[in-house]
Amino acid sequence: MMTTLDTHDSHAHGGSYFDGPPGLLAKIWQWMTTVDHKKIGVMYLFAVLFMFFLGGMAALAVRYELLDPVRTVTELQGTELVESTTGQRLAFLQDIMNAKSPNEVYNRMFTLHGAVMVFMFIVPSIPASLGNFFLPIMLGAKDVAFPRLNLMSWWIYVIGCLIGVFSILLGGVDTGWTFYTPYSTTTDADHYRVVLMVLAAFVLGFSSILTGMNFVVTVHKLRAPGMGWFDMPLFIWALYATSIIQVLATPVIGITLLLLILERTMKIGIFDPSMGGDPVLYQHFFWFYSHPVVYVMILPAMGIISELLAIHARKHIFGYRAIAFSSLGIAAVSFLVWGHHIFTAMGELAAVLFSALTFLVAIPTAIKVFNWVATLYKGSIVLNTPMCYALMFLFTFTIGGLTGLPLATLSTDLHLHDTYYVVAHFHYVMMGGTVIAFMGGIHHWWPKMFGKMYSETGGLIGCALVFIGFNLTFFTQFFLGTQGMPRRYANYVDEFQTLHEISTYGSWILLAGFLVHLVTFIMSLVGGEKASANPWGGLTLEWECESPPIEHNFHHEPIVKHGPYDFESVVPPHCDPKDYPLPQSH
Amino acid sequence: MQTTLDADTTPAPPHIAKHPLHWRNRDYGHHWRNRDEEFDASKFGMWLFLTTEVLLFAGIFCGYAVFRMLYPEAWSNGSHYLDWKFGAANTVVLLISSFTCAMAVRCAQLNQQKWLKINLVITLVCAALFVFIKLKFEYMVKLGDGKAPGTFFSYEYAQNAHEQLWWSLYYVGTGIHALHVVIGASLLGYVLFRSWKYQAYGPTEYTMVENSALYWHLVDLVWIFLFPLLYLIH
Repeated sequence: MMTTLDTHDSHAHGGSYFDGPPGLLAKIWQWMTTVDHKKIGVMYLFAVLFMFFLGGMAALAVRYELLDPVRTVTELQGTELVESTTGQRLAFLQDIMNAKSPNEVYNRMFTLHGAVMVFMFIVPSIPASLGNFFLPIMLGAKDVAFPRLNLMSWWIYVIGCLIGVFSILLGGVDTGWTFYTPYSTTTDADHYRVVLMVLAAFVLGFSSILTGMNFVVTVHKLRAPGMGWFDMPLFIWALYATSIIQVLATPVIGITLLLLILERTMKIGIFDPSMGGDPVLYQHFFWFYSHPVVYVMILPAMGIISELLAIHARKHIFGYRAIAFSSLGIAAVSFLVWGHHIFTAMGELAAVLFSALTFLVAIPTAIKVFNWVATLYKGSIVLNTPMCYALMFLFTFTIGGLTGLPLATLSTDLHLHDTYYVVAHFHYVMMGGTVIAFMGGIHHWWPKMFGKMYSETGGLIGCALVFIGFNLTFFTQFFLGTQGMPRRYANYVDEFQTLHEISTYGSWILLAGFLVHLVTFIMSLVGGEKASANPWGGLTLEWECESPPIEHNFHHEPIVKHGPYDFESVVPPHCDPKDYPLPQSH
Repeated sequence: MQTTLDADTTPAPPHIAKHPLHWRNRDYGHHWRNRDEEFDASKFGMWLFLTTEVLLFAGIFCGYAVFRMLYPEAWSNGSHYLDWKFGAANTVVLLISSFTCAMAVRCAQLNQQKWLKINLVITLVCAALFVFIKLKFEYMVKLGDGKAPGTFFSYEYAQNAHEQLWWSLYYVGTGIHALHVVIGASLLGYVLFRSWKYQAYGPTEYTMVENSALYWHLVDLVWIFLFPLLYLIH
């Protein structure tokens, strides 16, 4: 099947991977049909960032609506009593989105935010962009195992996104991103927007499976000579664990969403209690995928953090094997904890078991965090943008992780479930974890991917704004949640207004931070200083090839002679030994 | 490892001996160190893909188990509506096709071009027979009685309110399986076409034959579980 495959667009050596043929159309065609993992990674990078923008806009709309509560005021104007409503800030979208009420606009907005962010941004984000670009290079390979399958995965992703965006353009859905029945089978009765959105998620699943399969086989079969399993960078270990989850969990959501589509179109009754079906079965099926998939979101981020901390602290990672195995441990445990999303829909014994299993996740996660902190100890820390993001990750992700424990505890969860506490916890893990690490990773590998340095000042300003904005937005929500503010409501009691206001202002600072990054990146692409092959003094293989890499990544097949983090004993490639005095042994 | 030891050494007919798709002329991907590594990787990838297929069907089996436990009577009635003879016939058909499919791989390894094609043709005939029996004697008849999925259900003599659910799962399970039969047959058809036209598969180049055959065995295997669950146990 794979034998006649033309692995690369051209066999020219020398030029960087994005030197295309002359002519704009020829270039576009080359990018559209490329099987080069680097080009596919870059296309994924821009696509997921666009989806991040789209989902972010929906999030800002949600926060904007929550700036003040909805109140109906009756006033005496002249001699007449006039009723007016305040606080429905999304009402202007009602006609555009063809919604029945301003509250429905709100429901659609948070659904769009969730669905776009989860299925189109955060699941593919790190593996498909940075992973695609760097997994083969860090292994010393010329490409992923199945380059054509990689291209297919990209196009399936594009098709899935187009279906999803089409559903949004038709007016969007208001089921919540989880598509719980009976919302997803009864609302939106005259249209097929829900079906389209579910179909989009179904299609995107294929893309995820193909990427995962490709990575697993690549890690097994394409490591450079001399690279054993424990010589791999930890980012690769994390991607490997991620890929296993993608391969094993995604088919289950595939069949679930297919059944949901049949339920919605043909009323087959499997999830419909009036026909003897069981809506809770849908939730079990859904979370059997969707809980493991939160580790698809966070594991690659953890891999990035392992890289950033070691390189920018010039220190061997502490506890290499512990970090590597904890990735696999998280992947294994991830399949056993789905029940904690539906504690109230199951028997006591099952709930207790799921609660206990959920606590298990904390162990490998804590192992990672302790090892990262120990890596920093006595390191030569450089406070550049990637490092600041890595430190921010340690701060926010730890908060996110620890606030998960009260949710795993049955007695406290009864109070906290379906409140803003859950929203805050989730965002501290997903945004404070994955997005923060993704931003750090993009800055870290930016010089390698595009051959240009970014402005460190711009990066640091953006990083600071994101840090402040993020914490303002989401830390307040812990308080809102513990005080009883339920999630997914467009309205609230007056006491919550101050905290909601702070949260909304925080979201604007967050926006400002990302805009600063956008400007920094554009300026770097347009007029950035040319990057050297190894600006950070890294020891993993991607720093041995040029910036940007050539078509086949390496001029000669690399032979691995040292570990990825041996900063204490090896002068990094392309670094002058004079500029790189080896640390004295302690 | 790909085998060449006992292979038939007959040279290809002159008009295709030089064709780039003939198995002796096939190149391999340039990111691989050698042909064998690429072959191993392809097969490994296929096994991973089959894992995803198993998990896909696991959802259906899980639904079957849950509702069987909830509504044992409806499930018992349901299997009585099905004629085990058609199910058994289809099981035999698929088992034969799995055998010929495995033989096709062996023939490719031994460069027995004629038998490779014959085995593939028998496999495809079996696939067609399976779909024919399924459609003609099962789906058509059942649908005619009103034993249809979801909104189309109109069978008046149902003895249990939850039989409709049984039919839904029956159609989803066998329907998705039938879809896999069609996909598998298309893959094997593609293999047949290429070996007919170019002798594309031989001792050093049979990845596609092997992977399609693996897929076909999975389709067979799923049916081996569907058949007793739907037709035999009451």
